[in-house]
Amino acid sequence: MEREYYKKLWWKIVLTILAFSVIPLLILGAVIYYQFSQSYYTKIMEDMKTLAENRSSSIDLFLEERISQLTNLAHTIPLEKLRDEAFLGKVFDILQARSKSFLDLGIIDQEGGHLAYVGPYYALMKSANYKNEDWFQTAMSTGVYVSDVFLGFRKIPHFIMAVAVREGSRSWVLRATINSDILEDIVRAAWVGKMGDAFIIDGNDILQTKPRFGGAVLQPAPAPDFSKASVPQAEEIAVQGDEGLFAVGIIKAKKWVLVIREDPRDQLTPLLRTKSLMVLIALGGVALIAIGAVLSTRSMMNEMITMERKKAASEEMALQESKMAALGKMAAGIAHEINNPLAVIGEKAGWIKDLLKRVEVSGNENFQEIAAAVDKIEYHINRARTITHRLLGFARRMEPVTEILNINTILEESVAFLENEARYRNIEIKADYAPDLPMTASDTAQMQQVFLNILNNAIDAIGKDGEIHLKTRHLAKNNEIGIEISDSGPGIPREMLNKIFDPFFTTKEVGKGTGLGLSISYSIVEKLGGRIMVASAEDQGTTFTIYFPVR
Amino acid sequence: MEKFKVLIVDDELDYLETIVKRLRARDVDVSGVESGYLALEALDRSSPDVIILDVRMPGLDGIETLREIKKRKPLTEVIMLTGHASVESGIQGMQLGAFDYLMKPIALDELLEKVRQAYARKLVQEGQGSH
Repeated sequence: MEREYYKKLWWKIVLTILAFSVIPLLILGAVIYYQFSQSYYTKIMEDMKTLAENRSSSIDLFLEERISQLTNLAHTIPLEKLRDEAFLGKVFDILQARSKSFLDLGIIDQEGGHLAYVGPYYALMKSANYKNEDWFQTAMSTGVYVSDVFLGFRKIPHFIMAVAVREGSRSWVLRATINSDILEDIVRAAWVGKMGDAFIIDGNDILQTKPRFGGAVLQPAPAPDFSKASVPQAEEIAVQGDEGLFAVGIIKAKKWVLVIREDPRDQLTPLLRTKSLMVLIALGGVALIAIGAVLSTRSMMNEMITMERKKAASEEMALQESKMAALGKMAAGIAHEINNPLAVIGEKAGWIKDLLKRVEVSGNENFQEIAAAVDKIEYHINRARTITHRLLGFARRMEPVTEILNINTILEESVAFLENEARYRNIEIKADYAPDLPMTASDTAQMQQVFLNILNNAIDAIGKDGEIHLKTRHLAKNNEIGIEISDSGPGIPREMLNKIFDPFFTTKEVGKGTGLGLSISYSIVEKLGGRIMVASAEDQGTTFTIYFPVR
Repeated sequence: MEKFKVLIVDDELDYLETIVKRLRARDVDVSGVESGYLALEALDRSSPDVIILDVRMPGLDGIETLREIKKRKPLTEVIMLTGHASVESGIQGMQLGAFDYLMKPIALDELLEKVRQAYARKLVQEGQGSH
């Protein structure tokens, strides 16, 4: 019943502690994680956007540079010089020396035929006519033209730039083929991590560069259609159930769009790591709290149980004391009530005896009978008196009284009580009382209770065949009386030694000891201003030493 | 005939009457009263040497009576008699100047011996007083 109650209480306390510490911990963790992941995600997106802008402006710059080179060339050198293939070859070499991006150069007249050509496909190109090509017409009308990437005659991805020049009444076009490897190189720099990808698409979502994963030039892009994007942006989009982080940059020189794709698993790894770390820390925290809750609750419960026991013991003692006090009062009352009539009877008997001494009575034939009867009455009055006086003695012992006493005498009386029991068990009680022991003011009955208790325990500990030594001495230094009671019993194991004064601690069989004896003795000795100590070793017996102040 | 005057105070009339009779039979000049008040009256009237006083009495009890006796005639010796071995009231009585305290029932000869001792002390103290 009690155990059940404590168990319930235990759970209640532990669960309360857990609830009140784990819930805030989890909320804190969740909030921090949420905030962190939000800002981390934003930062990644921001970074991707910056990267896309950066890369696309690099490409823009590259294109603008090529266009400027061609425009400068076309406008500063007259056609007459340029159509000389030797001169054009020199110019091409100078251009090539600075960058390998130009594959060939051609001068085309307004009829679409080559006036001059420098490059690896001389025969093929020289005979080609562009008059009806879209690019040629666009270049002629707008002045500058940049093509999308195409495979061309050579089946290599490339694109062309054309600059048209009007000289007087005739026009001509400077056309250059640009190696799209350069574009590939710039875009490749945006392949982040192991899973990152980047590529350029044209206005129809056709790949202009080879993506890292899945796809080839001039095929549709392996990503959502960003071809109509007009501003740099970044977002997370799922493609066929696969999450991807996308950022786009706009290439202004040629309405191309740079698409950067990153794998969230790549990019968000630190975040995921943080998440698992947080979960781990939270679990550790919860475990620590749980251990702490269990430990503190256990010690609290132990404290409580000890307190309950102490309370029960002191209640038991108070009850015992009040019982004895009541019994004492009753005994005193009975003795008093009997003593008075006894006194009257005694006096009457005495009066009869007095009368019997008179001469006139001694002649009566029943004189002897009467005298004998009166003697008997006096004898039995004495007997009754002894009993009532003993009762009164008992009553006096029950009341907490202070009297001047000799501890040796009390010990002797206590031993006398147990002598029979000891003799029966063949236990010898040896006494070594100090003859000069000073008298002290204390309570005989309570002292006797202590001595009886310890002697009783000693006899029980020995069982059969053994010795009990009693010793008293006066310790002048502290003005104390020391009483030593040692037995030749089996001793008390070390681990039990500090428990023997605890209430309800007993080594006796169930029903034989209450476990209160030594506890009560302890409190009595304390109440009388003394101390009680125990020394014991297994197989070497036990010695109780009690000190009482001389008062 | 003893030379001293004894007063016995006890509310137990049978006891009082018998003990008075027995002491008179032993030629003691003794009288008995049954309460503290009467004891004080008798004290004023006949100045007994030794008073045997029951501790427990209705009305004025033994201790109070003792106190009053010692106030009025301090040299009067008082022997406390009790049916109850109340150590406290005994000690209290001694502190208030009682000669001794005895527990009922008590053998008459023992009582008489105590009375003689009490009277002897009274004589000593009177002797000192007269010097």
